[in-house]
Amino acid sequence: MAVYKQTYKPYDGSQTPRWSRFLILGRSSYGRLMQSRFLVLYLMACFFFPVLCAVFVYASHNLSILESLNIPASRIFQINNQFFEFYCGFQGGMACLLTAFIGPGLVAPDLANRALPLYFSRPFGRAEYVAGKMSLLLYLLSLITWIPGLFVFGVQAELAGWHWTRDNVWIAGSLLAGLIIWDLFLALMALALSASVKWSLAAGALILGVLFAGGGLAAAVNSIVRTNYGSLLDLRQVMSVIWSQMFRDEQATNVPVGQAWIALAAAAAICIWLLARRVKAFEVVK
Amino acid sequence: MSVLELDGLGVRFGRREILADLRVSLSGRSIGLLGPNGAGKSTLIQTLVGFCQPSSGTARVLGYDIRRDLPQIRATVGYMPENDAFVANMTAVAFVRMMGELSGLPSDAALERAHEALFYVGLGEARYRLLGTYSLGMKQLAKLAQAIVHGPKLLILDEPTNGLDPPARQRMIRLIQQMRDSGEMRLLICSHLLRDVEETCEEVLILKQGRIVQSCNLEDERRANKRFVELEAVGHHHGLADAMVALGCECSHLGLGRFRMVLPEGFELREIYRWASSREVELRRLNYRRDTLEEIFMKAMEH
Repeated sequence: MAVYKQTYKPYDGSQTPRWSRFLILGRSSYGRLMQSRFLVLYLMACFFFPVLCAVFVYASHNLSILESLNIPASRIFQINNQFFEFYCGFQGGMACLLTAFIGPGLVAPDLANRALPLYFSRPFGRAEYVAGKMSLLLYLLSLITWIPGLFVFGVQAELAGWHWTRDNVWIAGSLLAGLIIWDLFLALMALALSASVKWSLAAGALILGVLFAGGGLAAAVNSIVRTNYGSLLDLRQVMSVIWSQMFRDEQATNVPVGQAWIALAAAAAICIWLLARRVKAFEVVK
Repeated sequence: MSVLELDGLGVRFGRREILADLRVSLSGRSIGLLGPNGAGKSTLIQTLVGFCQPSSGTARVLGYDIRRDLPQIRATVGYMPENDAFVANMTAVAFVRMMGELSGLPSDAALERAHEALFYVGLGEARYRLLGTYSLGMKQLAKLAQAIVHGPKLLILDEPTNGLDPPARQRMIRLIQQMRDSGEMRLLICSHLLRDVEETCEEVLILKQGRIVQSCNLEDERRANKRFVELEAVGHHHGLADAMVALGCECSHLGLGRFRMVLPEGFELREIYRWASSREVELRRLNYRRDTLEEIFMKAMEH
C-alpha cells in the first residue's frame, strides 16, 4: 500500500501542453458513463444495423445463392446512393437516442453543483470546457455513425471492385460529411440544452422533445398557418433534406435545401448563444 | 514582491458600481479580506481570477497583470470558492486528480498529489467515497484539496469556514495556519468572520461598499497593542496617574479607578506592581488591549 506524506509540498515537475487538456474532461466522463449497463447494451445494439448492412452488401454480391432459393435478389439488393442515405437516416436516429441518453449528464450536473468556477479558475477556458464535453459525445456518436458507415462502404468497394469505387467515391464523402455534420449538431445541441436546465432529467426530456416532438410541432404549425415553413422546426427532417442533397437523391420534399441549411445553421447559432450565456464561472443576479 | 497590487481597480455590473478605485499593495504571507455582506469581497476575488472584467484600472497578482496575464495567474493560483462546488458522481480522489490534470499536471503526478492533498486535509480515509455523500465540512476540505493539488503559489480562500461546526472550523483554521507557516505559498482569505481572519492573517484589507476603508498589518498592530494597558485599582489610588507619568507612561484616568496607559519602549510591568505594593494600592485588573481586529474593523465601518 502506498504511504502518502501528510505535509504540503509545492509542485515543480513537468506540465502537459495546454491544447491537450480538454481531453481530460472527456476521458473522465467516459469512465463514469461506461459503468452504465444500459449504455453499453445500447451501444452494442447500435452496431446491429451496420452489421446487417454489411451482410446485405455481401449478399448482393452472392446473388446466385439467393436465386437458387427462388428469391428475386437482383431487384431487392441494390447498393447505391439511396442505400447509404437510408443508412444515414437510420443511424442518425440511433444517434439521437444516444444523445438524449448521454447529453443531459454533460453540463447540467456541473451547473447544479456549481462546479464551473473550479474549472475556470485554472488555465482552462470556456471553449476548452465545451470542446472537452463535446469530445466525449462526438467520439461515441462517431463510433455508431460514420465509422461503421465507412466500414460498410469499404466492404462494398472491396466486393464491387475498382470501377464501382472510382465512380462512387463521392458517396463515401457524402456519408462522412453528412454524418459528421449531424454528429456535431447533436453534440452542440445536447450541450446547449444540458446547460439550459440544471436538472438532468429535465435536460433529457428537452433533448428528446426537440429531436422527436419536432415533427408533430412542424405538422401543427404547417396545418394552422397553412405553410411549409413549420417543417423547418423538425430538425431530423431538415437533416434528411440535407442528406438527400448530399446523396444526390432527387425525391421531392416540402423543404427547399437552401432553407434546410439555413435552419440548421440558425439552430446551431442558437445553441452557441445558449452555451455562451450559460457556461460561465458565475452569474450576475439582477 | 507584492502579492496583490490594486491599481485604481473598478468593477461594474451594468450601471451598478461594485468596486471603485481600489488602490493598495499587500505583501504579507497571509492577507485577510474583510467587510460586511455586499462589500465586494467576493467580486474582488472573482476579478483577480478573471471571472469578472475590470471596468477601470487593473490589478497585479504575484506581479501578473489581470488584464494581460490571466493564464499565468490561473496557473499559479489555487481557488476555493465560497459555495458548495464539486463534480457530481465522482470520488474525491478522482475529482482532485482531474482538477490537478486541468491545472497541467501529468496524469500520474496528478493522481499521486491527489492522494497526498486528500491525506493532508484529513480526508485520506474517505477519499474513495463519492463527493455527493460527503458532509458539508468534508466538502469544504475537498474544495481545499482541489485548490492545493497543483502546488499554487497563492491560495485564495473564499469564506473557508462557511457552515462548519466548531471542531471542523478549528481543523480548517489549523490547516490554514500550517500552510501559512510552511512558507510555500501565500494566502488570500476572504471572510466576514473577524476571528478567522485574526487567527490566520498577517495583513488585512477592509472593504465597505466597494471601497477600501482600511488596510493594515495585524502583526504591527499586535506589537503596538502590547504597549496599551488598561488597569483597574480598588479603593485609595491617589497619585497613581502621576506616578505612572513619572515612570514614563502616558496615562489617562477613566474614572471609577480605571486607567488607560501607553507604555514606553522597554517598560517592565513589574514597575507598576512595585509602585502599587509600596503604596498599598490594590490592583484588581491589568490587561493588554485586546480584540485588535474588532476595534480596527469597527473604526473602519464608522468611516
